[in-house]
This record gives sequence, structure tokens and C-alpha cells, in this order.
Amino acid sequence: MKEIIVIIMSVILVDNFVLSQFLGICPFLGVSKKMDSATGMGFAVTFVMVLATAATWPIQKFLLDAYGIGYLQTVVFILVIASLVQLVEMTLKKYMPPLYKSLGVFLPLITTNCAVLGVTITNIDDGLTYVQSLFNALGAGIGFLLAMVLFAGLRGKLEDCKMVPVAFQGIPITLVTASILSLSFMGFSGVVEGLFA
Amino acid sequence: MSMLIPVGIVVVIGLVAGIILTIASKVMFVPVDQMVLDIREVLPGANCGACGFAGCDDYATALAEDTDGTITASMCPVGGADVAQKLAAIKGVDAGAADPKVAVVMCHGNEASAKRIMEYKGMATCKAASQLYGGNWACAHGCLGLGDCSVVCDYDAICVEDGVAFIDREKCVACGKCAKVCPKHIIQIQSKNKLVYVACSSNNKGAQTRKQCTAGCIGCMKCQKACKFDAVVVENNLAKIDPEKCKNCGLCAKECPTGAILNLRVKKKAPAPAPKKEEVAAS
Repeated sequence: MKEIIVIIMSVILVDNFVLSQFLGICPFLGVSKKMDSATGMGFAVTFVMVLATAATWPIQKFLLDAYGIGYLQTVVFILVIASLVQLVEMTLKKYMPPLYKSLGVFLPLITTNCAVLGVTITNIDDGLTYVQSLFNALGAGIGFLLAMVLFAGLRGKLEDCKMVPVAFQGIPITLVTASILSLSFMGFSGVVEGLFA
Repeated sequence: MSMLIPVGIVVVIGLVAGIILTIASKVMFVPVDQMVLDIREVLPGANCGACGFAGCDDYATALAEDTDGTITASMCPVGGADVAQKLAAIKGVDAGAADPKVAVVMCHGNEASAKRIMEYKGMATCKAASQLYGGNWACAHGCLGLGDCSVVCDYDAICVEDGVAFIDREKCVACGKCAKVCPKHIIQIQSKNKLVYVACSSNNKGAQTRKQCTAGCIGCMKCQKACKFDAVVVENNLAKIDPEKCKNCGLCAKECPTGAILNLRVKKKAPAPAPKKEEVAAS
């Protein structure tokens, strides 16, 4: 139990996928203009991360490792994740239109998202068990959601601010903000290890 | 021989995924609007989200469903002008070509006619000013005159004159950005053919409006009585003109004692003369 809490807390705060591992930067910058889009994207990524982990972990253990072809990991994972996301999108569209309206639009963006691929590969590399992997994926998704919400809030404030020098307006100040946010997350390093030591 | 196993596995996984997706797409087919498909076809498909939507599909749907011009064809930075033109062509076939629209500021309380109740020295944006007790004008419904709308306008169509936003009807393309950004919500997108409009948004009672602004609608009903087409209705102390019924005759504008109804057929009256300003200051 303690182990799982440590996994979740550390992947949310210390090893935040966006702000510490720099994965999934594209949606982080692209979809963080509006708060509701950002939260929608965050939930969609969380959902897909857990689902992708649930599918790729057995494939790695029972297919790739069993035949000793671990080097095909990237290719196979991308293939599996992409088709999985497409399938989820179609299912949602048909059977759960309200959920599709709020989540589904973000799914094409996630199809080949590196954060999703990253979490599945990290799970294998760290030698986590199936249950641990699922919680790690959940934590990674929540961490992504946290980063998205924080950044969307900051961008909202930035848009109201007219003091930004002309040369920094738009993308430059956004990138500077992202780097400062990332810097502040470095303050969490060691916190979780210290807490549960 | 050992090469065949990995090749076989990847091929099988790909084949299985492909078959499942094909079956799923047939089983779970949902009909889509043709215009969405057309728009989606033109878009680059980068799914970068730079338009502010969550991908090309989302933008295509939003653009196809858009009716009031708030979502424009030029929002895709990847496609640039080329794509914007094609999108406008797809969208323009049935939308808005016959009835050009224009943004209208529903307030004309300028420095001379409207009163300020305090000095505002904060950030020079309407949004910031409106958050501080709703702005520094006596009237809570009026233009703040700090020009958020003119900043956001891509077509240089809005300028702030004398403390109130003024829209150049020739330059305005009714993109609706100003209407969205105005914290007082006093900019409306209206038909360009309608030349008579109520340039006031105040729901306050007549006496109160009078004290706050000499150019405001006081809800005296004169316009309602003057209109021969029943187009003008006074609701909540504010005149409203029904664009369906209005024939641009301008009778209401002539009757209006405060000049809150503007008629663009006659040339816009010069801003209130200087003596009036002193009068307001003295009162």
C-alpha cells in the first residue's frame, strides 16, 4: 500500500512527466490556452495512459520477453497504443456521445503522444509489477493533468497582462513561463523519499 | 529463421489491430456533417491545437457549426492564408454572404455626456478596470474606453474616441473578437443593413440613467410610440429594436430626447459641444 502511494506521489510531483521528464510538451503548450480544454485533455491522457499500460504490459511480458525480441518494444507499443486510442475513440463516439464530446476530441492528439508511450516504457524499464504499473500510469496522468491546469491558469493570467514586452509576447513568454514552472517543480525532488523514508 | 519470429509477431499484431479497427469503424459508424468533412479535408491535419481547439477535427466541427461568426476561417496558423481562403470558400457558400454583419457598440457615453465617479490609475485594460468596482464611470453598463476591443481587432477597425469605442463599419468584418473580449458585453454583431440602433445598454431607471449619462436611454417610451412598425420595444428601462421589423426610417432616433438611438443614415452628430461639458461638470 505504502509502495503504491510512494509511486503515485513521486510520479505526480517529483518525476512529473511534463515538468520534470519533459514528455508530452506538445499538448502541454498547444492545448493549455483554455482551462476547460486543458482539463479535458488532462483527463483524456490519464484515461489513455492507464488503458495503454493495461494493454502493453502483458504484451511486453508474454510476447516480447517470451520470444526475446524486446528491441521491438517501441514499434509494437506505438502500434498498440495508436490502434487502442482509435478503438476507444470510436467506442465513445458511438455509445457515449456526452463523454466523447468532453474527452473524445482530445483522443486523436494522444494517439502518438510521447507521454503515453513514455509511461508504458518506463513501467517496463523500472521493472514494476502489473498493479504497480497501472498506478504509475494513473499517477503520471494525474501529474499531467496537474501540469496542464497550472499552466492553463498561468496562461490565462498572462493574457490579461499587457506589461509583457513586445518581443516576448505570445510563444516566447509562454515558454519562459513553462520553464519557470518546471523549475519550481524541482523543489519537490527528494520530498517523497524523505516523507516515506 | 530467427528473423521470422519478430517479423511475424509485428505483422500479426498489425493485422489484428487493423482488422479490429476496420470492423469497429463499420459497426460503430456515426454519420458526420458533410461540411465538417470538407473542412477537415482542407485542414493540414497536424492536430497541433494551435488554433485553440483540441485538434483539427474539433476545429472543423466548431467552424462548421458556427453561425454568428465568432469562429473564423483564419484560425489555423499552420495552414496560413491559403487554408483560410479555402475554408472561407467552404463556409461562405451558404453563410453570411447575403447579409453582411458588423460590430456595433451599444453605448455612446463619451467624456462629455457620461460622468466618471473616480480616477482609475490601474492597468490600462477594460478587463482590469471592470474588476475594480465595475470601472470608474458612473454608469455600470457603459463603455470603459480603455480599448480592449481595439487591441484585439485584427482589422484596425476600432478606435477609442473621447472615452468610448467607435467602430469603422467599412473596415469591420464582424469577426466578433471585440464582442467576446468586452467585459461589459456592449458590443454586438448586427446586420450591416440596419442603420438605426440603440447606443445604450443601461437597464437603470430613467432618473438614475439621467444622473449618470446625458446620452443614455431613459426608457421614456417615446421611440416605442413613434415607431410605425412596432419594431421598438422598451424593456427593463431600455429600448430594443427588432431587426426583423425595423425599416431604418429613423423616426425613433428623431423622437429620442437623449439621443440614445443613433441613426447612421444622417451623418453622425458631432460630439457634444464644449459648453455642455461644463454643465455636466457643474451639476
